[in-house]
Amino acid sequence: MSDALKIIQDPTLTYRQQLVNLARLGESTDDSIRYSDAYYAARKKGALCDLNEGVMPFRPRYICPDYELLFEKGCAFLELEPPKDLLEAVNVLEIFYCHVPSITTYPVYLGDLDKLLEPFVLKEDRAYAKKVLRLFLRNIDRVQTDSFVHADIGPEDTLTGRLLLELTEEMQLAVPNLTLRYDPERTSDEFALACVKCMLRTAKPSFANHRMFVKEWGKRYAIASCYNGLSIGGGGFTLPRLRLYECSLDAKSVEDFLENELPKYIDLQLEYMDKRVKFIVEQSSFFKTNFLVTEGFVRQENFTGMFGVVGLAECCNNLLHIADKKKGFGMNEAATALGIRIMDAIEKRVSEHVAPYCDAYDHRYRLHAQVGIDTDGMDDSPGTRIPIGVEPTMLEQLEVNEKFHPYFPTGTGDIFKFEETYLKTPEAVLPIIKGSLANGLRYFSGYLENNDVVRVTGYLVKKSEIEKLRQKKQSLNQVTLYGMGAQDGGHALDRRIQRHDESAG
Amino acid sequence: MMRAPVNRIIPFSNVDGPGNRTSIFFQGCPFNCLFCHNPETIHMCRGCGACVDKCPVKALRMDDGGRVAWDSGLCVGCDTCIHVCPHDASPRVRWMTVEEVMAQVRRAAPYIGGVTTSGGECTQQYDFLIALFREVRSLGKTCLVDSNGSFDFEADPRLLEVCDGVMLDVKAVDRSWSERLIGCDGEIVLRNLDYLLKAGKLQEVRTVIFPDRDADNETTVRYVAGHIGDACDYKIICYRPFGVRERYQKLLGEDTTDSAYAEGYARLARKLGAGRAFVV
Repeated sequence: MSDALKIIQDPTLTYRQQLVNLARLGESTDDSIRYSDAYYAARKKGALCDLNEGVMPFRPRYICPDYELLFEKGCAFLELEPPKDLLEAVNVLEIFYCHVPSITTYPVYLGDLDKLLEPFVLKEDRAYAKKVLRLFLRNIDRVQTDSFVHADIGPEDTLTGRLLLELTEEMQLAVPNLTLRYDPERTSDEFALACVKCMLRTAKPSFANHRMFVKEWGKRYAIASCYNGLSIGGGGFTLPRLRLYECSLDAKSVEDFLENELPKYIDLQLEYMDKRVKFIVEQSSFFKTNFLVTEGFVRQENFTGMFGVVGLAECCNNLLHIADKKKGFGMNEAATALGIRIMDAIEKRVSEHVAPYCDAYDHRYRLHAQVGIDTDGMDDSPGTRIPIGVEPTMLEQLEVNEKFHPYFPTGTGDIFKFEETYLKTPEAVLPIIKGSLANGLRYFSGYLENNDVVRVTGYLVKKSEIEKLRQKKQSLNQVTLYGMGAQDGGHALDRRIQRHDESAG
Repeated sequence: MMRAPVNRIIPFSNVDGPGNRTSIFFQGCPFNCLFCHNPETIHMCRGCGACVDKCPVKALRMDDGGRVAWDSGLCVGCDTCIHVCPHDASPRVRWMTVEEVMAQVRRAAPYIGGVTTSGGECTQQYDFLIALFREVRSLGKTCLVDSNGSFDFEADPRLLEVCDGVMLDVKAVDRSWSERLIGCDGEIVLRNLDYLLKAGKLQEVRTVIFPDRDADNETTVRYVAGHIGDACDYKIICYRPFGVRERYQKLLGEDTTDSAYAEGYARLARKLGAGRAFVV
């Protein structure tokens, strides 16, 4: 059966999902971007992975439009005037979102919704504003049917932020993903606690280390897709990844890996990125004719390439011949120290590479701890995470995370699953988040063990929707399929649960 | 060097006082409550060795001094040793110095509001607690004592000076019920209730409600509510047979207290002035 026919006959795909898959298939019929033989060999080995990004990138992977500009001057191409009230504001956004491309075909950044909407919300009475926002969120969930759709709030407490939290709890939707930018001086404990409560019940918002991101990106940064730091008015061209475990398989020793194998794969991935970035900028029409560019909602110089890694834990364990992962990376000082050496080496080599374009970042790519994909199985844990199933105590897990999160301006994060008693004690969760962010954690996510909406590796799915797929029914959210794969292959929902009665080892 | 018997340390706890706290459980308790959920913390190990052969991973052995030695590296935490112990003790107790405990507290310090000491009965280690609390406070963290009220806080006020509050169990007020339930008349507990209240160091009071013991439950709740008013939380706790020694389960019943029944006592407490009474 042809690949096209498989898609056309698949009973679990919605019409839109079929369309997206058929488009991917069409894209794959061209091979005008050619890479070196060494690149293809490394990819075949599984040491490099292109995340099925498609062979002919016809738009940047992630696009973060400047929605403030949209509200300021409207959009000529879409014939939208600047909004004058709340109803117009959400209508402008709903229309605009449908025209923001991405790797998923859905917009991965919806804007800083509290800041954008607050002036309009404050002019309405609370109940009316809440109703409008409810319909707005429903529109997003049913139209932008993909869990990589992401909105941001904070750091300040706002009425809009509060209403969005209330609605997020009441509506229990997987879309959109949500982040609180947390700043200890600007985010009140009261607002942060409201976010914790909402996070426990619905797996969102996550907490982003605002100060860390501002230092790297300036004030105008977005958290998009899973947990990706990018510039507002810019985005990410491409995101391939080193699968570090596979990269380590031919190394004769730690030194051989650091001196020969790792640099070889880094360079091959850089070659791949350079070619794709040049193609997107020079060959595809996006940066020449798309209204987002011509009207200034994004600027090409604000895009960068995202250099992804996965499987640091398994790489370190393999190089140190640690067979029992319970005694490996995360629980073993030598393995963790090797992880730091490896990350230092990656950071150094990538920062020495002069990238095409990426003007706003001194022509450099930025590192990304990729969250894994459903086909990774148990070979490569997400980014630099400790493998699922062998996590130590939460304290130790945070300590390890804090060492690795600073390497990744374009995103990393870890997820903590809490037992039910934490619902009654959100004030016991907040100090953990505050302490870890102060100690260098970049991004904290959590949820309660019995939720329907859960965070798989970085994105949200509903367990009930996974069940639908298992029964060969369609799920509106195209990410549910990844969630099922990650659950089956990577046991991604079986992470350690933070209980109150766990002792130090 | 001063050492104290530590049963275990929980770096992050959300049930031992407000916020996120490191909980330190000391071994040994002067009471022998029928409903104790951690009976292995009551007595010190006598070195009888009954657990040694039963350990499935050989983490226990008799040392040259006739004591049971525990290898925490081999231990898988299956709890077989405490289940077979004939003396309500545990071989997994470490005699730790203040500095050793502080090493663990310092690691957790960025993420916690403070430390809670519990047990067993932690006030049996009061010199140790005083030294420990001085160190904890120097980190800007709070210190809470979880106590059964057996220690005379008034007679030796040094501990209260360095602690931020006491979480007190008032298990029984009626003398004969107290003698049955906790093994003594409980008079010292009630004196401590008054003293801690007066000293402004009462963090919370807790009472366990038993199924079908209307008179005893009511006497206790009335007494506590009438004394504490709004001064602190009053936690009404449902009796649960899980973890209770079998021979005492037979005495107390194998049923969990119905939460609606417990809720009635919380309402009673609030009516009597304990505005911060609730079922947990």
